[in-house]
Amino acid sequence: MAKSILRLTVNGSGREDAVPANMLLVDYLREVAGLTGTKIGCDGGECGACTVLVDGRPRLSCISLAHTCAGRQVETVEGCATDGRLSLVQKGFHEKLGSQCGYCTPGMIMAASGLLRRNPRPSEAEIREALSGNICRCTGYVKIIEAVQAAAEGAP
Amino acid sequence: MEYLPEFDLLRPNTVDEALSLRRERPDARFLAGGTDLIVNIRRGIAEPGTVIDLTGIAEIRRIARQDDGGLKIGAAVTLAELLERPELTDEYQALREAAAEVAASSHREVATVGGNLCLDTRCLYYNQSEWWRSANAYCLKHRGEVCHVAPSGKHCFAAFSGDLAPAIMALGGTAEIAGPDGRRTAPLGEIYQDDGAAHLRLADGEMISAVQLPAAGTWQSGYAKARVRAAIDFPLAGTAIALRTDGRALEDIRVALTGTNSCPILIAGTDRLLGEAVGEEMAEQLVAMLPKQIQPMSSTFTPPGYRRKVVANLARSLFQRLIEAP
Ligand SMILES: Cc1cc2nc3c(=O)[nH]c(=O)nc-3n(C[C@H](O)[C@H](O)[C@H](O)COP(=O)(O)OP(=O)(O)OC[C@H]3O[C@@H](n4cnc5c(N)ncnc54)[C@H](O)[C@@H]3O)c2cc1C
Ligand code: FES
Ligand code: FES
Repeated sequence: MAKSILRLTVNGSGREDAVPANMLLVDYLREVAGLTGTKIGCDGGECGACTVLVDGRPRLSCISLAHTCAGRQVETVEGCATDGRLSLVQKGFHEKLGSQCGYCTPGMIMAASGLLRRNPRPSEAEIREALSGNICRCTGYVKIIEAVQAAAEGAP
Repeated sequence: MEYLPEFDLLRPNTVDEALSLRRERPDARFLAGGTDLIVNIRRGIAEPGTVIDLTGIAEIRRIARQDDGGLKIGAAVTLAELLERPELTDEYQALREAAAEVAASSHREVATVGGNLCLDTRCLYYNQSEWWRSANAYCLKHRGEVCHVAPSGKHCFAAFSGDLAPAIMALGGTAEIAGPDGRRTAPLGEIYQDDGAAHLRLADGEMISAVQLPAAGTWQSGYAKARVRAAIDFPLAGTAIALRTDGRALEDIRVALTGTNSCPILIAGTDRLLGEAVGEEMAEQLVAMLPKQIQPMSSTFTPPGYRRKVVANLARSLFQRLIEAP
């Protein structure tokens, strides 16, 4: 299929790739950019495993076309840690055992990171609301909420 | 990984450009947030040759107060934006409550008003993978011969499952429609018909450009919805009510439902209640009007009888909430 040039920023670095019109953002990230941290957990929009940030806001990359993100800033779980140090949200998941099998974790971390940027001190209800599109089959969510609360408390 | 079938992606900057691209491409579908369309393309139940992305059109991304006190909401305004503008939308509680309960918060970041109004109808036998549907000989709505919900007929009973439409209908809203023959407006209910395979009465090449709400004045409104998982699911049934009272008697009322038919339903006959004292008795009279006007079918996980009960309960409790509101 004919490809056209897509220019966007991924985890702070500008990229330019030849991408077909029908390519999903998640496939672009995983296959073209080689960032396989973002997961695919369902056949479309049901589970949140594919959540990334676009211009700082959560986006389900499995139902977004890559080309509709032209010119935008895309962030994936690979962009969270700086200089090998985990972000506060990642640290929260690590310390509070917010991750078991880990499949939902990248999406959870991105949705939670998006929330804390807009709302650094969310209530439990606000955390639940922000993660309402992210399904976890392991943890029962309790530890995930605690992880996000820990990240919010750890923020300067 | 499975790639999507091939299509062209066009990204116009104006409504006129979008309409002329649509005219040139009979195989095209409009794309807004994609939270319905891209899912359906992934499942093989939408197969556009061209996708026209409306989200770059600035003129349909605005929310603006009108001179008459009403509100105009562009079709490509996202539900998140709608909820982030309480100064404009607070007086239309039915709309806010409906928008807040559409899908989950990450969907609402991109889900638009226009996409919600033009959402495809849904059914247990339709919103499934290609593999699942092919094993079931497809269905009347897509590629098949038989409606598995009502196998003896030739009518599709897929349910309309949008949350915003009943709210906007209860609020007296109109759709602004742009098409090859110019722009027109219509009461929102008129763009729908009760046919699961063709529930939209937009002419070929037409799109919704905006929704207009009249000034809220002394109208009170609200929305109530039942769903399987409170965090994310489509409505099994939803009820929107807008009403005005003088503190004792009912001055005006509009009631609209979703999830019960292949289109949103504005309940007829409510004018019989006008001038009467509001209260529990009136709630029962209202609830008694519903059964004859709705037709839930076995298109969801819950049986039709459950949705009949639930819609009555939603209407009763929402009515009570509105008349008890200060
Ligand atoms: C897990 C999940 C849960 C969901 N839950 C709900 C729910 O609870 N309630 C609910 O209402 N919806 C729900 N949805 C569906 C969807 O997210 C919303 O209805 C959303 O508002 C659709 O808007 P969109 O912009 O994403 O539409 P798109 O997918 O972009 O478009 C939907 C349809 O409308 C057409 N269209 C878009 N814009 C226009 C326009 N301006 N003029 C004419 N046609 C247009 C498209 O061609 C397409 O056919 C859910 C979806 C998922 C995946
Ligand atoms: S993979 Fe995107 S929502 Fe499930
Ligand atoms: S940790 Fe296994 S799905 Fe969430």
